[in-house]
Amino acid sequence: MSATLTDDRPADPIADGIESPLARLTPEQLEELGREFDAIHQEVYADLGERDSRYIRSTIKLHRELVLAARALLLGSSRKPLWLAGTASLSLAKILENMEIGHNVMHGQWDWMNDPDINSQSWDWDTASPADAWRHSHNYEHHTFTNIRGKDRDLGYEIMRIDPHQKWHPVYLLQPLYNLLLMGFFEWGVAVHDLDHGAIHSGEKTKVQVLEELKAIGVKARRQIVKDYIAFPALAAFAALAGKRGSLGSSRRAFRSTLTANFTANIVRNVWAYSIIFCGHFPDQTYTFSEEEVADETRGGFYVRQLLGSSNIDGGPLFHLLAGNLSFQVEHHLYPDMPSSRYAEIAPRVRDVCRRYGLPYNTGPLHKQLGTVHRTILRLAFPGGKVRPKPGPYRPEPV
Amino acid sequence: MAERGAVPQVSDGRRRVLGLIRSFTSPLLPDDYLELINPLWSTRELRGRIERIERETSDAVSVLIKPGWEWAGHRPGQYLRLGIEVDGIHHWRAYSLTSDPRRSDGCIAITPKLVESGKVSPFLFSRVRPGAIVRLGGVEGTFVLPDPLPARLLFISAGSGITPIMSMLRDLAARGELRDVVHIHCSRTAEGVIFAHELAALHAKHPGYRLELRITGEQGRLAPAVLEQQCSDWAERETFLCGPTGLLESLGAHWRTKADPSRLHVEHFQPDVRVGDGERGAGGTIRFRKSAVEASSDGEQPILHAGESAGASLPFGCRMGICHSCVGRLRSGQVRDLRTGRVHGQPGELLRTCINAPEGAVEIDL
Repeated sequence: MSATLTDDRPADPIADGIESPLARLTPEQLEELGREFDAIHQEVYADLGERDSRYIRSTIKLHRELVLAARALLLGSSRKPLWLAGTASLSLAKILENMEIGHNVMHGQWDWMNDPDINSQSWDWDTASPADAWRHSHNYEHHTFTNIRGKDRDLGYEIMRIDPHQKWHPVYLLQPLYNLLLMGFFEWGVAVHDLDHGAIHSGEKTKVQVLEELKAIGVKARRQIVKDYIAFPALAAFAALAGKRGSLGSSRRAFRSTLTANFTANIVRNVWAYSIIFCGHFPDQTYTFSEEEVADETRGGFYVRQLLGSSNIDGGPLFHLLAGNLSFQVEHHLYPDMPSSRYAEIAPRVRDVCRRYGLPYNTGPLHKQLGTVHRTILRLAFPGGKVRPKPGPYRPEPV
Repeated sequence: MAERGAVPQVSDGRRRVLGLIRSFTSPLLPDDYLELINPLWSTRELRGRIERIERETSDAVSVLIKPGWEWAGHRPGQYLRLGIEVDGIHHWRAYSLTSDPRRSDGCIAITPKLVESGKVSPFLFSRVRPGAIVRLGGVEGTFVLPDPLPARLLFISAGSGITPIMSMLRDLAARGELRDVVHIHCSRTAEGVIFAHELAALHAKHPGYRLELRITGEQGRLAPAVLEQQCSDWAERETFLCGPTGLLESLGAHWRTKADPSRLHVEHFQPDVRVGDGERGAGGTIRFRKSAVEASSDGEQPILHAGESAGASLPFGCRMGICHSCVGRLRSGQVRDLRTGRVHGQPGELLRTCINAPEGAVEIDL
């Protein structure tokens, strides 16, 4: 059935003979695949318990201890070694909070615990974007319409040409430049992105709504700026002044060194988050979809689209922790509400499904994944461009 | 939203200082860091530490809890909502407080009876250890002694229906107010009497307190005729009755026909398995939009229960319409409030799923 449908469609000039594996599966196969993926989710959910609760609680505790250590070290940040150690642990803390804790808690991955504090509705994270707006643009829009061209606003974040299907415009000539800016100030990019310019222009969002959202960003931004760039530097300055050899000069130095430390930690976190997140859907391996391709999508079809549209990053347990387990982007997109700590456990089963249905399982080392992303951003700044070749069905590596 | 503990009574000064420190901790609260040292210091919600677990009978234990902040007090007879983590999941239950509100050690006590098939009571019974942290919710209930105290009192309890009455007895004893109290307590076996020693001691010490134990396994149930025999002036006494539904119904009828029913105060010792007493409808189907689960109810099952049976993982709390933890936005359709029988529902309305059943097809954003 799928074959005849594909034949009726006008040829896609950009796809260049790249056939979506989605079109190869029969409706029966899709249904069976849907059942298999549902079963994995049900099994994990039935098994969630104290082990998982202990994991998220200890991760949250680790984050808070790292913050306390970092802030204490940075009180002496006028001295180089303390600046370095403090900046490093603050960067680490912010990465952990943003990725493994904030993103995943706000996805509702831990809502099953029924804990009022570790809950998607009450959590707020240490970044510029307010929790509510992000939950809508990310959890709902991006995870529902993943990689559907024209519907998933995360495809290039509305400012970049990341897919050759997107029409070229001279402004894209600048995209290699603002790509770098976005990398460093990613949290601000996300905050503005959540506003949804398209919806504002089309009038889908009322003025009142936009004003309210702007106000929320303002409040959040103020608190973030006060904390990192006023309160802590001022505390360090005060401590330096009150110290044994305190002087106005040492106080000013302490203010400045704490401010640069906090600024650096925010940049480090932003670059890291950007890198992991851009590797989720933009490497060469991933597919994008037209709206017609996914019309009347079934549960099985949804799973296959998530599988084809996402890609993983290889790495060890510490890397996965710092990546918030988004290095298991495939598993995350199949099951956005599953506790992230379970992705590594189910990955072999997901690969097994891929093997049996002849589907690709996108993964690769960080440098390779990120390399293809930046190459695409550079290439598509200019007109034209083709869809990159796709990997074949997943084959387990020979033992 | 998951249910939270009650807001503790904290001085304004302390709150103001914490508010200032917030500039350093945002978006977290100073509490989030203070809790690393001691989880009881939370000013966001009242928590308590389990100090001791005392076995009362083969299927009842008393759990002594020290609240993190000074206990604001309760009226004897009221119950407490308690939140506790069992196997990683937070559960909330309501238990009658059995302690006197002014214990010198500042502790409060509950005395749960073991429900083998339950989740929380088996945990409190055999797994929880002293030092465990629990969340303390609001204190609720209107089954309380009037102020000023009536001259003559009659307590009737059965099984674990003794629990709210124990708090009243302890309070009266501490205030020296056990002046003219008759207490009829029913238990299936003599070994099953909760607080047996303390009741006997009260009986021995206070001439104004008369305890009539009735072992129903041997002597039969407490019929109205037996009551009249054991307490001839029953109709002139302000009466507090707590026990199973059967006892409540038979004695309730007796009061309605032979005495002033406004002087009979009753409390079920367990929330009804059945939700509410409202008129029932024919039920309907429920589509949970976010969970992508379809469920149906026969009109008896609330939306929450129907969804859980169909495999949805839904927010829940008290399951009796009190805490609003289970709310979800109604998209389309109408529901029936199982407590009142009222049919209602506007698109966009926030519904408590634990006390509403579908009336026809409904869609809900959960």
